[in-house]
Order: sequence, then structure tokens, then C-alpha cells
Amino acid sequence: MNMLFDLVWNATAETLMMVFSSTFFSLLLGLPLGILLCITAPESQGGIIPKPLLNTVLSRIVNILRSFPFIILMILLFPLSRIIVGTSIGTRATIVPLSIAAAPFVARIIETAIKEVDPGVIQAARAMGSTTLQVIIKVLLPEAMPSLVSGVTLTIINLIGYSAMAGAIGGGGLGDLAIRYGYQRFRPDVMLVSVIVILVLVEVIQVIGNTVSGRMMARR
Amino acid sequence: MRISMRQLNRSYGDLHAVHHISLDIPSNTIYGIIGKSGAGKSTLVRLISLLERPDSGEIWYDDHRVDNLPKHELISQRRKIGMIFQNFNLFSSRNAAQNIAYPLEIAGMNKSAIDNRVAELLELVGLTGRGKAPISTLSGGQKQRVAIARALANHPDVLFCDEATSALDPQTTRSILALLNDLQKNLNLSVVMITHQMEVVRDACAYVTVLDEGSVVEEGKVLDVFAAPQSGVTKDFLAHLTPLAESEEVKRDDLVRWSDEGGRFTLRFRGDLTGEPVLSRIQKRFDVEFNIRAGGVQRVSGQDVGTLICDIIGEPDEVDKAVAALKLSHVLVEEEVPQ
Repeated sequence: MNMLFDLVWNATAETLMMVFSSTFFSLLLGLPLGILLCITAPESQGGIIPKPLLNTVLSRIVNILRSFPFIILMILLFPLSRIIVGTSIGTRATIVPLSIAAAPFVARIIETAIKEVDPGVIQAARAMGSTTLQVIIKVLLPEAMPSLVSGVTLTIINLIGYSAMAGAIGGGGLGDLAIRYGYQRFRPDVMLVSVIVILVLVEVIQVIGNTVSGRMMARR
Repeated sequence: MRISMRQLNRSYGDLHAVHHISLDIPSNTIYGIIGKSGAGKSTLVRLISLLERPDSGEIWYDDHRVDNLPKHELISQRRKIGMIFQNFNLFSSRNAAQNIAYPLEIAGMNKSAIDNRVAELLELVGLTGRGKAPISTLSGGQKQRVAIARALANHPDVLFCDEATSALDPQTTRSILALLNDLQKNLNLSVVMITHQMEVVRDACAYVTVLDEGSVVEEGKVLDVFAAPQSGVTKDFLAHLTPLAESEEVKRDDLVRWSDEGGRFTLRFRGDLTGEPVLSRIQKRFDVEFNIRAGGVQRVSGQDVGTLICDIIGEPDEVDKAVAALKLSHVLVEEEVPQ
């Protein structure tokens, strides 16, 4: 029993580490990309610095990355993991493909959230003499914040799912535990506990996300 | 600040939104630009408030040409312009005070100076103590007051109002117009009001330009335009005027209609004429009778303008003589030609 607890505890810690690090890095990549997608859109779609060609290119790249099956992307990115973290197996190595796989998803979520900002409010901000950077930082992001929080919640939950898949190719964490002990060593108890922990994680994160986003809306 | 437009043009595809418009907006006054939807007034205000560049033509603020400014100068010029909108366009992520603080923040003012100026502005628009209110808790009129305070934060010379009262009920419209009137006088502002409501022009503006299909069809002092409208569009606007201002000095605001039939003649009297018995004098001199169908007196720019819709009954040449005599007495006569 004690061994089971240790196994699950360690795997949960690994999963959390993978999920939160890759959330952080995917935001680091996806946030600027999402903002760029939004502001370079044609004027008719609310772009504040319309760059149709750049917008089309970025949009295509995002679509291509999003249509890749995650397992394939992960294998393709092994060399990159080796360059960045020095290895292509284990928890730390998994963060690289997880972040890159989630980044285009994050970009679309950020883009959608920002596009919901009332164009009239953006017009007012520009009429008052805001620079593009001021419009982004002081208007677009704060106005879209409740939707952004919902988007980040969705990203974390998606990454919990991805990280479980990463277990299949030696990524560590709860997915890895479920496959190696639960499936390959015929330990249904380990399988069950791993799945329950994942369920609880998803539920807790959803509740936190909803609460934060709801509080923001209530203050408006 | 005086605003001059020279031969402005702006098209979207095949649509000539603004077509060869040249106008001079005098400083220190309230100037109305009225038109139906699609007349080009929104485009025109986007051009003169420097949100868009014209395809051709020039815009001057006093002796400074502004339609071709490079980006950094454009941004600093926009900071000297105030603008309010139909839908207020306030930031929902900020409370009332933080909304008013925005233009000061982006101009780099320090925190304590911002706080002082915001308190001053809240008082100016009659919202003292409401600074911490979230925007969604404010009424339409209060939201527009916050927007006005925000627009005036950086001491602009000019305030553009883009359909600023169109989303408000008549009573709130009146209070916002009264506030704008006061602010204009106290701060020596130039106010440019874009609207589709003739009531707004009548109650607040000193000058008016009527736009139709991207061109100016009429312009002048509000009093002159009301007393002697030239274009069909203007007459149409005047015909649909509904009651709005209800100050004591106004006797009857809307036209009172006794009958929907007849009424070939529309007579307009202005100023002191409204006090004279012009009709009964003419009735005595010629063999005609007036059958009045509708009428009323409106107060425009501090002067009365009377309107009567009537039939003139009598032999055709007597009617012609009566009309000529009316015109001699400075009554404006419009005759509806029977279809």
C-alpha cells in the first residue's frame, strides 16, 4: 500500500511539473502569437495594424501544427529536446514537445478571447492617442482577461491529457505509471488510482479557473 | 480651435462615403453635423478626428495641417482631441475613475497628479463620489458623463460627439446636452456633434451642416436653417422633429395637427414675426381664407421659429397675391405641388 502511495505521489508530482512548466512555456510562445494573429488581421476583422500576408502565414503555421497528431509531433521533436534539455526521455524532456504542441492551441484561444473585445472600446483607446503597445497591454489584455483565464484553464486541462499520452513514450508522470504498472504489469489498482488522480486534477483546475474568471466578471 | 476641411474624399470600394467636403468649423462653438444613416457623417468624423486618413483633401486644425501627420505626431495630436461615442465605449475592466485616468496614464502623468485630476473631472461632470463604481452599475447617462470626463482629461481644444445621445432617453439626452453646453462655455471648447436627431441640433448647436450621400447639402446658422430650410433632406428632418426641450420659455414645441388632410402651404415665421398678426392682416387685404391644419412655435438658438401648415382658400389669383404678400412680410412660404 505504501509503495502504491509513493508511486502515485511521485508520478503526480511529475505530472504537475510537466503540466505547469509546459503551460508556462506554451503561454510564452502562444500569447505573443495569439496577439499577433489578432492585431495583424485585416482591418475589417478588427486588426489594429493590418498585415494580411504575415497574418495568413502565421495562421497557416498554427493550423499545420494543430493538425499534427501529438504522438508524432513528440517523436519529431525528440532532437529538439536533446538540444534544449540534453535528453529525449523523462519528464524534463517531455516539456519541450508539450509546450510546442500546446502553443498553437494557446495562440488560437488567446486570439479568440481578444477578438471578443468590443471594437468600439479599441476605437476609443486609439482616438485618445494610445500607441499600439498601450492598446495591447492596457486595453486588449485587461478587457479580455476573464476569457483569457478560461482559455488558460482549458490549456492546462488539455496538457494534463497530453502529458498522460507522453507517458506512452517514456515521458514519466501519471500516464507513464498507468501504462507501465497498470497495463504492462497487470496492476488494475495502480491504473485505477492513476486515472482517479487525473480526474481529480482536471476537476480541481476547472473549478479554480471558473472561480477566478467568475470573480473577475462579478467585479465589472 | 478652428477646424477646416478642404475637398475631403474617402471611398470604400465603390462607395463614396465622403465626397468633396469642404467645411469650416469655427472655434468656441457647438457645431452640428446631421445626416441620415449612410450619409457619410461617421466617416467624416473619423476623418476629422484623425482615426482615418482621407483619400484626398486636407484637414487643418487652426494653422496646422493634420491629415498627413507621421505616426508619432498623429498619436500626440490625438491626445489633444476629446471624443465621445453612442455606446460610450468605456473600459469594462476599469471602474469610473480608472476609465477617466486612462488618457492621463498613457500620456505618462504621475499617480498623484492623475488622482487629483480625476477627482476634478468627476466633479465637473457631476459624479463626485462615484469614482469606484464599476461601469456596469452606472446608468446610460452616468456612463456618458464618465466618457465626457475621460474625453476632457487632457484639456482638449475640441470635443467630437459621435451620436453621443442616440442611445439615451429624451430626458437623459437633455441633461447631457445641457452639460455639454455648460462645458463648452466654461472651457472654451469647440464641440462637433454628429447626429441624426434634429432635436439635438435645435437644442444644442449654433451651426449646422446637413449631409446627404456623402456631400454637404446645406450649412449655416441653426436659426437660419430652421427658418428657411433649402434642401429636401433638411425639410424632411424638420418635418419629423419631435418634442424634446421642455424649458419654460418654450410655448409649444411640436407641431399640433388638427387635421391630416390638406395643408398645401407650409409657412415659416422667424423671430419677432412670430408676435405679429400677419395672417389676419392678409386675410383682410385679399379675398382669401386661411384654413390652418397644423402649427407650432419652436425655440431655436434663443429665437422663436413658427411653423404653420395651412390651406389658402380663394380664387387662384387672390391666393397668388396673398402668397406674394406673405413673402413680402418675410414669411417663408413653401407650396406643396399637388401630385
